[in-house]
Amino acid sequence: MFQDILVTGLVNGGVYALLAIGFSLIFGVARIVNIAHTAFYMLAAYCFYTLLVRLHLPGALAAAIAVVAVTALSVLCYRLVIEPVREHESAVLISTIALALIFQELMLYAFGGNFLGIPSAVDGVLVVFGVSIPYQRLLILVVAAAMLAGTWFLLYRTRLGLAIRATANDLEVANLMGMNVQRVAMATVAVSVALAAIAGVVVAPVFVVDPFMWLTPLVTMLAIVVLGGLGSLKGSLIGALIIGYVEAITVFVLPQGAFLKGAVALSIMVAVLLVRPEGLFGVVFEEER
Amino acid sequence: MSNPLLYGARWAWVNLRNEVLVLPSRTLALLWVAGVLLLPLVYGDPYILRIVAMTCVFAIFAASWDLLAGYAGQINFGHALFFGAGAYTSALVSIRLGVAPWLGVVAGGAMATLFGFAVGYVCLRLRGSYLSLATLAFPLIALGLLFAFPDFSGGELGVSGVRSLAVSRTANYYIIAVVMIVLVFGMWQIADSKFGLVLHAIRDDEVAVRASGINTTRYKLAVFAMSAFAAGIAGALYAHFLRVAGPSSLEVALSFQVVIWGIFGGVATIYGPVAAVFILYPLTEWLGSFRAFGELRLLIFAVIVLLVLLFMPRGLTPWVRDKLETQCPRCKQRNGSWRAVCRLCGAPLRLGAAAAQSPR
Repeated sequence: MFQDILVTGLVNGGVYALLAIGFSLIFGVARIVNIAHTAFYMLAAYCFYTLLVRLHLPGALAAAIAVVAVTALSVLCYRLVIEPVREHESAVLISTIALALIFQELMLYAFGGNFLGIPSAVDGVLVVFGVSIPYQRLLILVVAAAMLAGTWFLLYRTRLGLAIRATANDLEVANLMGMNVQRVAMATVAVSVALAAIAGVVVAPVFVVDPFMWLTPLVTMLAIVVLGGLGSLKGSLIGALIIGYVEAITVFVLPQGAFLKGAVALSIMVAVLLVRPEGLFGVVFEEER
Repeated sequence: MSNPLLYGARWAWVNLRNEVLVLPSRTLALLWVAGVLLLPLVYGDPYILRIVAMTCVFAIFAASWDLLAGYAGQINFGHALFFGAGAYTSALVSIRLGVAPWLGVVAGGAMATLFGFAVGYVCLRLRGSYLSLATLAFPLIALGLLFAFPDFSGGELGVSGVRSLAVSRTANYYIIAVVMIVLVFGMWQIADSKFGLVLHAIRDDEVAVRASGINTTRYKLAVFAMSAFAAGIAGALYAHFLRVAGPSSLEVALSFQVVIWGIFGGVATIYGPVAAVFILYPLTEWLGSFRAFGELRLLIFAVIVLLVLLFMPRGLTPWVRDKLETQCPRCKQRNGSWRAVCRLCGAPLRLGAAAAQSPR
């Protein structure tokens, strides 16, 4: 059981980290609370399913097309729906909720509400220390690690990353330094949704695909980013691992654990907030006046 | 001449003409109250009555969210917690203890108020997006607990067989409608009072309010409790009306729904979210009644919300109100937009209106 907890927590934590870091990025740069973030994750899973199972494309190609298509769609949505109402924070908020509902209903209409399964990209299990890990879960872990490293590289070793970090730090000063903050925000949306889409594609064979699959990870992801501190990437990563392990422990140890895993994870978030209102690694914002 | 009845009627008419009919928004509010109260007499179709009763329940809920989120700026993403607490408490009390429905509704409101205090206390130090995202957690924690103890809560199926409020359908409708009107106008009064002014100030600049010697903690707890009380009453009415309290009363979807109603109608107005519910809820039900649209109901709803927001980012009612009324630049009173001069102080409302003023 101990090994199960170790592996499940790590795999779930990796997926959550992909989602939470994307969400955190876009919040940090554009101050958008993007409720539709996990809806893009759901869309990517559906897109992957269609290409792989219905159109019989090879797995790698299907995955690449799904990620690119969903990312393009997100940029389109940002330009058409979010950008016109950017000054009105509350309007942005419900625009993203409405977008998520639209995606959910479209998928419900197109594919029906039943669960769809996707065959694993790689079969077989790896046995380490007496615990068997399916290769697909190992793939999730590897992809998550690679993507996190990639994001780190993008943010800290490229000019775009510098621009993103500068904009997140101080939007007005970044604008005065001649950065096109609109363009930076759009690039951030693309990076962030690409991470969500990759997460959607890799987890699709492990979880089932259905139109409501965006809700549970949405709540977990929000708990993680709040726990880690809004806008802090390090916080999101550590928060994701904490929540991943807490969920795994709850499921394996407590009776009725499957029902309680969300409640326990969220209670931990609330407990952390009581002690540190800005999250584990959040910066204490000066009162914005 | 000195007939008190005649005098009263004359007083009522003068007040009606001078205070209500001069402003389109007040006329609309009067028509709305009259419409809600007279509906069963004019058109007693059970289906319509049912829809309007549900609309009334959600109107209380949306208005209570606006008191908390719009006025005090505590944008609550987990408002369904109070609704669900009211619904479950009222249902469990009336089934386990067999008390009268009205007492159950009061118990539901009281329990929701307790929850309001608790959530308010936890959230005192949080602000902005942290508060929104943290509050999202509370109804889900409650939902997890309900599912983990199905003997107590009925699990997935919820608590069914709750007694209805009254025997006849019309009486049921009237109870809900009157409670709705009382609560909504009550919240409107609160929001318009000095208390509401402090809430406004807390939303805009909490530090400045504290610096002015106002105990913001007390105000925030109070508004959490009030808002939760109204939402709890709405939840209890919902349970007694549908005769079941289920997990759907705690779901994320309901919390998001109320945020959509509130922002669509226009925040910090009280009447805005109520108007939004009275437009959107019957509309979605009506769309759902078509076979072809039944599956697309939520989709159409979301698209309408999105399109309206693109053109009216501040919400529906502020936009409509600006079209119908103008504010006097001198005395800040509102006037019908057809007027050239202010009805109270005579200041010109438009450029060049001073010239039009002289012939009168």
